[in-house]
Amino acid sequence: MSNNVQASNSSEDFKGGMRVRRTIGSIIATAFFAILSLIIMFPVFSGLLASFRPGRELIRKGLSLNIDFSAMTLDNYLYLFSGNADSKKYWMWFKNSLVLTIVSVVLTLIICYFVAYGITMYDFALKNVLYFLVIATMMVPFEILLLPLYKEVITLHLIDSMAGVILPGLCGASTIFFFHQYMQSLPKELLDAGRIDGANEYYISVKIMMPIVKPAFSAMAILSAMGAWNNMLWPLMVFRSANKFTLTIGLNTLLTPYGNNYDMLIAGSMLAILPIFIIFLIFQKYIIDGMTAGAVKG
Amino acid sequence: MKTKNFLYSQKTAPYIFALPFILSFLIFWVYPLVSAFIMSFQDIGAITVDWVGFKNYGKLLKDKVFHTAMINSFEYMVFTCALLIPFPMLYAVLMDGNLVKAKGVWKALLYLPALTSVVISGTLFRLMFSEYKTGQMNVLLTMLGLPAIKWLKTKWTSEIALLMLCCWRWTGVNTLYFMSGLKSIDKSLYESADIDGATGWQKFKYITIPLIKPTTIYVLTISIYAGLAMFLESFMLWAGNDSPKNIGLTIVGYLYKRGIQKDDMGYACTVGVVLLLIALVINFIQLWLNGSFKKEER
Repeated sequence: MSNNVQASNSSEDFKGGMRVRRTIGSIIATAFFAILSLIIMFPVFSGLLASFRPGRELIRKGLSLNIDFSAMTLDNYLYLFSGNADSKKYWMWFKNSLVLTIVSVVLTLIICYFVAYGITMYDFALKNVLYFLVIATMMVPFEILLLPLYKEVITLHLIDSMAGVILPGLCGASTIFFFHQYMQSLPKELLDAGRIDGANEYYISVKIMMPIVKPAFSAMAILSAMGAWNNMLWPLMVFRSANKFTLTIGLNTLLTPYGNNYDMLIAGSMLAILPIFIIFLIFQKYIIDGMTAGAVKG
Repeated sequence: MKTKNFLYSQKTAPYIFALPFILSFLIFWVYPLVSAFIMSFQDIGAITVDWVGFKNYGKLLKDKVFHTAMINSFEYMVFTCALLIPFPMLYAVLMDGNLVKAKGVWKALLYLPALTSVVISGTLFRLMFSEYKTGQMNVLLTMLGLPAIKWLKTKWTSEIALLMLCCWRWTGVNTLYFMSGLKSIDKSLYESADIDGATGWQKFKYITIPLIKPTTIYVLTISIYAGLAMFLESFMLWAGNDSPKNIGLTIVGYLYKRGIQKDDMGYACTVGVVLLLIALVINFIQLWLNGSFKKEER
């Protein structure tokens, strides 16, 4: 099979035997990925099935394989949309996550773009130093800074606020790095053309460069949206009042040892995957671009 | 007018562009990093802060629980690297060839787990590995004629659950990294190898492996960091930071337990500093083995 993996496309050279072997290889390779995908889909799929059954079954039996359509109900979802105290709580988490994601994605993209623009497009004394520092911050796992940062956020009176969650991560090194990699290959003469026309530096960065870098914005938007929507550890430490919780920490509060909230937990979890899955389907092709920059040149 | 000229000059602009990064770097990186070092030499009470020299480090050397956490994190790191590099590379090579049909579908499905947050995926896996006979993994064992297991109560069975959770979430992501790496390989190399009569394995060994080395190094680096700093997966799998006999305790889990749950910030920061040193040492060794330093000297 591996003989054929990189085989050339020119089919007229193939003898009949080769063609049959290729077809068989193709079926095997495709079947392999179909099976792999089925295995990968399995946990989410069984979670989806479980969301149509009473939550107490989950805690008594674990995730089960039984597909019994007659025992399925929409109760868990109806409960989430019922407008009672629990469902209000859930949609508040949902809204908080949405606001947090949108605000942090928009701010991160804008700030990181300008920082990368400055570092990439000009030759200045600190250029290489700053570039090195961007890389250095990527080399230190965030978890090490967790406790001092937590103390710092308390000192700055940012605890229990959205600013406290967003600010420390705003200048994401990997986002800056990506914009840098993208802009590196662009001709700097574009800037000079703008200058000759009398445009100032800031006007050039917005009106001339930004439209060219649009694909990079899409790639980074999806990656940082995924990060913000699913972020858990830092928000868990910063948010204290229940009305500010995001989906991740809110769902986490449902994990009591008594299991009395599993109806809401499982249905709520499935609904929580939905928005990011939709975004993923729309922007799918940009994700690869977003991941390429770090891997190929890094 | 003078200040306006100054702000708009080509010399000042890059500094203004980079200013957010410089500020964020100082406030949210240098300051907490330095504080982590300082706090690791302190005993931090509710009101008083005492300098204790290397006492925390001495205590850490003798701390059996920390040793357990270290061993757990290292095992996890080694196993994840062993599983999350060769397999995704193989999948990417298969995907890159023209044997596999409907690539877009498989790519999207493989990536799906990365969209779920740790709360959701951890909860799903905890329920799958439930100790009851009706849990999916135990149903699977029964089908194979094996007795049901209390998965999350013993060391190796829970390690399997953790590794499966990790592989489930990251296989698709790493496959995409390798695919983007493969895209940058010049296809004519394979064609000339075909003319020379190279086998599929030879092409993989002498063309693919050497040319995707930058991607491999990148994936290895992030896998090492993610493995060493793993915490939330374990936190969710045991629905809290406590696992029987600490079988799921990791270095960051211990840092969190000491710093947040037991409010012993000084000692927790010592754990963080040790983690940083380990991470840096491993990365230097890895970069050195891969000859990255030599390349820069040339």
